[in-house]
Amino acid sequence: MANDPSEKDPASKPPASGAEGKPVAQKPAEPPQSPVAAANPPATPDSTAAKPAAPAAPAAPKAAAPPAKEAPPKPLPLDNELVQRLKGRFGDAIREATLDRKQAIVTIAVDQLREISRYCRDDEKFDMLVDLTAVDWPKREKRFDVILILYSFAKNERVRLKAHAGENEPVPSVCEIWPAANWLERECYDMFGMVFEGHPKLTRILMPDEWQGYPLRKDYDILKQDTDWVRENLGIESGQ
Amino acid sequence: MSDPRTTELTNVSTTVLGADEIILNMGPQHPSTHGVLRVKLKLDGERVVDSECIIGYLHRGVEKIAEHRSYQQFAPYVDRMDYVAAVSNGLGYCEAVEKLLGTEAPLRARVVRTILTELQRIASHLLWLGTHALDIGALTPVFYCFREREEILKIFEKYCGARLTTHAFRIGGLQYETYDGFEQDVKRFCDDFTHRIDEYETLLTENRIWVGRTKGVGILSAADAIALGVTGPVLRASGVKWDLRKAMPYAAYDLYKFEIPTRETGDTYDRYVVRMEEMRQSRLICLQAIENIPTGPIMARIGKVLKPPPGEVYHSIEAPKGELGYYIVSDGTTQPYRVRVRPPSFINLQAFDKMARGSLVADVVAIIGTIDIVLGEVDR
Repeated sequence: MANDPSEKDPASKPPASGAEGKPVAQKPAEPPQSPVAAANPPATPDSTAAKPAAPAAPAAPKAAAPPAKEAPPKPLPLDNELVQRLKGRFGDAIREATLDRKQAIVTIAVDQLREISRYCRDDEKFDMLVDLTAVDWPKREKRFDVILILYSFAKNERVRLKAHAGENEPVPSVCEIWPAANWLERECYDMFGMVFEGHPKLTRILMPDEWQGYPLRKDYDILKQDTDWVRENLGIESGQ
Repeated sequence: MSDPRTTELTNVSTTVLGADEIILNMGPQHPSTHGVLRVKLKLDGERVVDSECIIGYLHRGVEKIAEHRSYQQFAPYVDRMDYVAAVSNGLGYCEAVEKLLGTEAPLRARVVRTILTELQRIASHLLWLGTHALDIGALTPVFYCFREREEILKIFEKYCGARLTTHAFRIGGLQYETYDGFEQDVKRFCDDFTHRIDEYETLLTENRIWVGRTKGVGILSAADAIALGVTGPVLRASGVKWDLRKAMPYAAYDLYKFEIPTRETGDTYDRYVVRMEEMRQSRLICLQAIENIPTGPIMARIGKVLKPPPGEVYHSIEAPKGELGYYIVSDGTTQPYRVRVRPPSFINLQAFDKMARGSLVADVVAIIGTIDIVLGEVDR
């Protein structure tokens, strides 16, 4: 499927007419004078620049927005007030803080996850758990990243907590801090086989209960399946 | 590998039954669940004591597929999650990848995206309104709603050839220019639509049966909603004035004026009112946007082969159902290392238990409808 943005359209001026080999209007469309291009002052330059579009970069210094539009984005060390407060309170449990694409990422020790989460909710007012997920890096000693995306209504900013966890290392559940974590942790367990300690009911949520294997792990091939389960429950040899 | 399911915790929902309690299974084939959702209800007489949602029947492994496709190849797949709001899904994904690349679509593309996404919001809310009313017993609105939704789908069809799973946007901008007469079509729809909403409201808003079936049903407090991560109209009906289009503007939303409708009680009726008002606001955004679509290119200068620098990004938009987020990790190759979708339906559905407890079994249908879930997105 070559549905890539092949037509690059380098700044072609007449926008509406031509350029559309598409199921075009069978409708009369009487004024073919391309109303799109109609005289509006090109608001382009300043409104593009004015648009910040940088969600959740806590304390991203104002100056950080304009420069280096062309430079490839890369993670930078982050040291803002939030990070300093976290470091002051949790010390070595705060491993690293970076700013990637203007978004704050704080890497923490997994065994302190619950305490840090509670602190973030109560003292830093990150009252909503937006998402909880994981990433598998099988070559690493501790293969999983646990990712918590937090949002604060009061400050209108997001922060991402990240912790490394080994294959059979229990991760503290944050269900009692944010009830939203319940299904999200179940999904992580379902897809990655991570164990959340203290979860009220850690069972599979999307896959069938008896399914063997954890589909989103990197060593789980995309064509792989639990053939026994498929044979037993669907009565066929392969689900493909 | 050792099975980590060591802690076989008791299922509070269904293991212990009182003398008068029964278990009722709703779904997975039930007309009011809008897909294949199974709900296990523990009932004491007519009252719901406990509930459990069983999902996963539509699981297609979208996130796994993403790891085996290039960035552009994966774009059409996202349309199949929330298939009644495919345009919104596409917007979220394209903007997330653009952010990962460190680029941005040209202003003209962003304005057209905004128009189409707002039309999609109206279409999604119309589908919700029609089917929700149908579930509760009002047979008429669905015909009216589909009539107007058809107009929107026709605009999509003229624009990109598809009505439902549109793949309307490309990473970096748009593939197609707007067709001749696009503004007139949108304008005609918007001019017409203001009377149409009034028409729906005469059918429902003060209808005694409708009010009786929705007022005080499935109440969700603001504190509960935030704790459960609920977003979108459900959160706003509980009194939290929060909309990502205002809080963290994306596309071209910072150029337009609109209100965030909220209500206080957080019951089914309030969610109905909020969505009705949102349709009016979406209409206003469309009207403002077609007034002045800037000229210029519709595609940013990005290569044909996308290799975002290693790193990660989270970007979310206000989809019709709530916050739709994409968390994408790049390892510097042409395929994403990991794509995580934060599906609003999945997370909002988690609040079902809270809303259903203590209600009558007949109201469960209303509560499922009022969350506005799409199972394709819940299960992915």
